[in-house]
Amino acid sequence: MKTKYLIIGNSVAGVYCIEAIREVDKRGKITVVSDENIINYSRPLISYYLGGRVTKEEMAFRDEEFYRENEVQLILNRKAVRILVEENRIELSGGEEIEFEKLLISSGGEPILPPIEGIEKVKEGVFTFTRLEEVDRLIDYIQANKIEEVTVLGAGLIGLKCTEGLLERGLRVNIIELADRILANTFDQEASRILENALGRKNCRVRKEDTIVRVEEKKGKIDKVILRSGETIPTRLLVIAVGVRPNLGVVKGTSIKCNRGVLVNDFMQTNIKNIYAAGDMTEAKDFLLQRKSVLAIWPTAARQGKIAGYNMAGKKKKYNGLFIMNSVELVGVPTISFGITNPPDPENFEILARKNEGENYYRKIVLKDNRIVGAIFMGKIERAGIFSGLIRDRLDVSSFKDDLLSDDFGLLVLPAEYRKHMVRGEGFTE
Amino acid sequence: MGDKKINKPRRIIIREEYCMGCRLCEVWCIVAHSKSKDIIKAYKGQEPRPVSGIYFEERGAISFTLQCRHCEDAPCLEACLTGAMYRDKKTGMVLHNKDKCVGCWMCIMACPYGVIKPDFKEKKVASKCDLCIEREFPACVEHCPNEAIILVNKKGERIDKE
Repeated sequence: MKTKYLIIGNSVAGVYCIEAIREVDKRGKITVVSDENIINYSRPLISYYLGGRVTKEEMAFRDEEFYRENEVQLILNRKAVRILVEENRIELSGGEEIEFEKLLISSGGEPILPPIEGIEKVKEGVFTFTRLEEVDRLIDYIQANKIEEVTVLGAGLIGLKCTEGLLERGLRVNIIELADRILANTFDQEASRILENALGRKNCRVRKEDTIVRVEEKKGKIDKVILRSGETIPTRLLVIAVGVRPNLGVVKGTSIKCNRGVLVNDFMQTNIKNIYAAGDMTEAKDFLLQRKSVLAIWPTAARQGKIAGYNMAGKKKKYNGLFIMNSVELVGVPTISFGITNPPDPENFEILARKNEGENYYRKIVLKDNRIVGAIFMGKIERAGIFSGLIRDRLDVSSFKDDLLSDDFGLLVLPAEYRKHMVRGEGFTE
Repeated sequence: MGDKKINKPRRIIIREEYCMGCRLCEVWCIVAHSKSKDIIKAYKGQEPRPVSGIYFEERGAISFTLQCRHCEDAPCLEACLTGAMYRDKKTGMVLHNKDKCVGCWMCIMACPYGVIKPDFKEKKVASKCDLCIEREFPACVEHCPNEAIILVNKKGERIDKE
């Protein structure tokens, strides 16, 4: 089989790639290969699905019509096994091959599985939390085994979103986290503490600076977890959520250059000129760090997929680099964070902060040379996006620094000259 | 979205030097997006008062109002997890389907103008200016007494109400 454009992976990067290609090239054949058996779904919504807040149908961020309209051939439930770089072909599970002119690798991330003694003997009751089909199995397992309490290993974004879904289903959750606080990679100590307190008021207990060293099974099902501290927790369901890493299976053994992720230039192009990469397994320009990094977040995948699509279809477009940002609501506390929220060398930064514990309110701005490089919004997130613009534009904030934490912070406090271009408005789209 | 009256690109420009801070734009935005379109019912009736699509800012002598810029390169579209935020093909406007929205606030995070609001009135959803797509003329423009909010076409030429 032959195709002009081949896309490995059918998540956000793939979808935005399709849209960009079709803006430029209305006819060229597009083929998408996905190892999942569903036309389209939004991966971050799996915690909403677990919590019963959305149905499977509501998880689609593009409908069937999208693929029809854009004349995309979808090959579902098949895995891209390897890329034959020299021959411009990929091999699918089952042996079939597809020949391409341009290839996008957007194979996403895969869960990290830490070494745990005895885990290989456990046949049932251990899950990860990144794919819809796993969540379906998880829900079935909870119901079939009448599970009431779950152990979650890892208190990062995935572990906590999973916890929230479990709590919404009425389950009790034991969280085990290796670091001395939850969400250590997203927040600073203060923000972590506020959220932990909020979690503590739910059916949830967090054990920090601890990890699972051993598990025991009973008739093949998980039965208990033994912690490094010596504590044993009877566990009939364990979710491992210690993080994700780039899923590089398909590039393994090829001449495509990788570091932590697949390395790309400003045009999302790998070292092979007709092969591009976008999304959670891509190492691309990072706007704030001024080097390449893997930014496994939705908006990055969307932008990278779009830029890749334009370039694949022959319209030269540059990727300017994004920076880490997250919007996560946990146990009723909305949070938005940007960039560097907890610099390891705070003496080299200026930090502004304000809090009101009773209201779970916390706001922190991290400055370097009078430019914002990071921020945390907790409890109140309205207008937080203005900060994304201030970071992106590297605006000197020295003239309105005192206003950054004020209640009526808005565009009004910005320098009139800068504000003018904002209120005059952006351009039209064809 | 029903019968759209508007099928040409247009956009709102703010002239802050003309703003008197009367906030009529906000009032009429709320009325235009209410069920009854009636100011008394919208403000005093039984129906839930809609969240306005406008951010009004005021400090000392400076005031202005701002609503969605309907950006050409709209970060909210790329940030939206559900496809609720979408671009209207005919007008190029950025519209929002509340039925699809789950209130994840990714758009609030991504919008550099800070003009998307959280709306908790009925269900937790994002809320923003739809440029009065159901009306021939945006309510805030129509009711601004001092022309601080004006409407322009694609070329930037002013559109006045007939």
